[in-house]
Amino acid sequence: MSGEEGGKLHVVTADHISRTRRRWGSGIVWVSAALLVAVMLLQTLDGIGYLSLGFETWRPSLYAYLLWSTCLCASQVMIRGEHGKRTLFVLPAALFVISMVVFPLLFGFVIAFSDWNLSSPDGRQFNGLDNLRQMWGDSFYWNALGNMVWYSAAIMVEYAIAFGLALLLNGQIRARKFFRVAFLLPLMLSPVAVSWMVGKSMLEIRFGPIARFLRWIAAEPSVDLPAPLYYIGMLSHEVGQWLGWASPSFFGSAAVARAMIMMMDAWTFIPFMMIMILAGLQAIPRELFEAAEVDGASRWRRFWEITFPLMLPVSVTAILIRIIFKLKLADIIINVTSGGPGGATDSVTSFIFREYRDRSNVGYGTLLAIFYLVIIVIAMTILMKLAERWMKPRY
Amino acid sequence: MAAQIFKDSEADRNYRPVWYLGRGLVYTVLIVWAIVCLFPIFWTITTAFKAAPDVMQGNIVPWVDFEPKWLGWRSLGLSPETIGAVSTVREEFLKRFWNSTIISISASLLAVALGSCAAYGLSRFNYRFGFMRNSDISFFFLSQLILPPVVLALPFLVLYKSLALLDTRIGLILLYTLTVLPIVIWIMRDQFSSIPTELEEAALVDGLSIWGAFVTIVLPIALPGMVAAFILSLVLTWNEYFFAVLLTSSTAKTLPVMVASQTGSQGIAWWAMAALSFAAIIPLVIIGILLERYIIKGMAAGAVK
Repeated sequence: MSGEEGGKLHVVTADHISRTRRRWGSGIVWVSAALLVAVMLLQTLDGIGYLSLGFETWRPSLYAYLLWSTCLCASQVMIRGEHGKRTLFVLPAALFVISMVVFPLLFGFVIAFSDWNLSSPDGRQFNGLDNLRQMWGDSFYWNALGNMVWYSAAIMVEYAIAFGLALLLNGQIRARKFFRVAFLLPLMLSPVAVSWMVGKSMLEIRFGPIARFLRWIAAEPSVDLPAPLYYIGMLSHEVGQWLGWASPSFFGSAAVARAMIMMMDAWTFIPFMMIMILAGLQAIPRELFEAAEVDGASRWRRFWEITFPLMLPVSVTAILIRIIFKLKLADIIINVTSGGPGGATDSVTSFIFREYRDRSNVGYGTLLAIFYLVIIVIAMTILMKLAERWMKPRY
Repeated sequence: MAAQIFKDSEADRNYRPVWYLGRGLVYTVLIVWAIVCLFPIFWTITTAFKAAPDVMQGNIVPWVDFEPKWLGWRSLGLSPETIGAVSTVREEFLKRFWNSTIISISASLLAVALGSCAAYGLSRFNYRFGFMRNSDISFFFLSQLILPPVVLALPFLVLYKSLALLDTRIGLILLYTLTVLPIVIWIMRDQFSSIPTELEEAALVDGLSIWGAFVTIVLPIALPGMVAAFILSLVLTWNEYFFAVLLTSSTAKTLPVMVASQTGSQGIAWWAMAALSFAAIIPLVIIGILLERYIIKGMAAGAVK
């Protein structure tokens, strides 16, 4: 993303590459490419039914593709010598990503405009814009998209908590290492395990510890208690009653269920933001604070006038990355609520997952996913442009 | 002992209680959040040693509230009495555990290998692939991070079916490598750009080739960054669920899929589920405690420029 990179290591090399070596280099690429085309052609013909060569799978094409990629890499060195060796640093990764992303995406565009039920024997049927029309009328999909906005909005709260924790960890405290490890641990846990540990077990209504705790707060205090404790008890009783904690339900109503999913997701990902912010805080030179302290700025002003503005670039990076991760949110929803009640907690990913599970229609699901991708790309581009403008220092 | 010469002034002594109050508040918040972070893990561990009545009564502290029992571990075939006997559940569990281990380690290694090379090249040389220059290539790699898995999932399902890669470890390894590659490149690019190029120049003058200089001089220096990238990849791939549940059914099924498939069926045997979840999270918890330094280093890369 930064403009100035590369071109640091200038090496002048005098390669003498013979004609034959060069010819061999381009030769292997073309021969392997021809082989790849031939194999794919044969397989296509076989697939359509013109020929019957008895191919079970498309593996031969895959092997031909791998051979061609290897030849392409080798030919770089054969043709261009030292420069080819430099290309070899990036080429394998680039080939890998292109073959794993670009081809499936193109393929996805084809699937998206077809009716393809994997369990039916008819195979793929092109159905034009039918999927698009169906999507337009699919209120559950739009609802899931709306939920994603809610989920993304929750990031601001996560950010505030993460910032607070990072400030505490950056302060002068004892047992810093213990707290850092403890705060980091939720990030290590798999969302599936979290959805069982927290979503199913701890949030169990009858005997889960959280429900028990809430009921304890909402319970009427015993009369034997000394007066101050009794009044605190009465207060918590009233508040608890008002919040409906006497008989808590976590996945009954739409808003509460969504908040629960947000909390579980926040629990696993707050450490991530916290660590990024902590790294940013540690990079701020001490002298700035000392100067401000000498000038008599209060703690509060020091935070808003020095820490926060200096942390802006890091904060924006952390929030953008967090948004990217949030948009992939699915595991917890699939395992805890499977979208319920009534689609209130659905994320786009979990919705498409269920759509596929229930009807095994690949075509419609892919169209929904690609539409989602388009929205994400547009939204992220706008956000990044805004962030760029916003992050410019204003002095 | 000489008499005390410097004494706190009146104003300083008034300041003390405020200071103590502030400290108290800070530690309260820290401890409360530590409990929030650790209690679910503690709850899972203790539930794995409970029996039905203990779960119903919501007992919390072992040996005080309840007597630990091996019930959950027995149903997994991992308790002291059953460890010697034949157990199909244990076989199944170990198979999934082994799958997860193989897949996450190979995917992370592959991603670190591919990503380190790419990041090194991008931080050192000028490239022109068609219209793409270095910053475009970097952006191309990093932009893969935005791609939600659901976009790739269904096309891959169909592609893997025709390539006979469905329900194979290699299929998942390739896909996982793809998902963590942008993160590895991000971390490693940061790492390499902090290494001075003079080192390689000296090595090149001494007669090493460019790859020789990379392997023998640069990589050892960048090793901490590589470890950080490897561990982060390991965490992400070990925990991955979405692709695994779509693309595997029996042979290559991973541990998260096994944990998830247990939740709905056969009522809920709390103790068995807790034991299984615990076994699924414990490798990463240990890694988190032992290698916390590297994880923090990895995530801090790119945050600070």
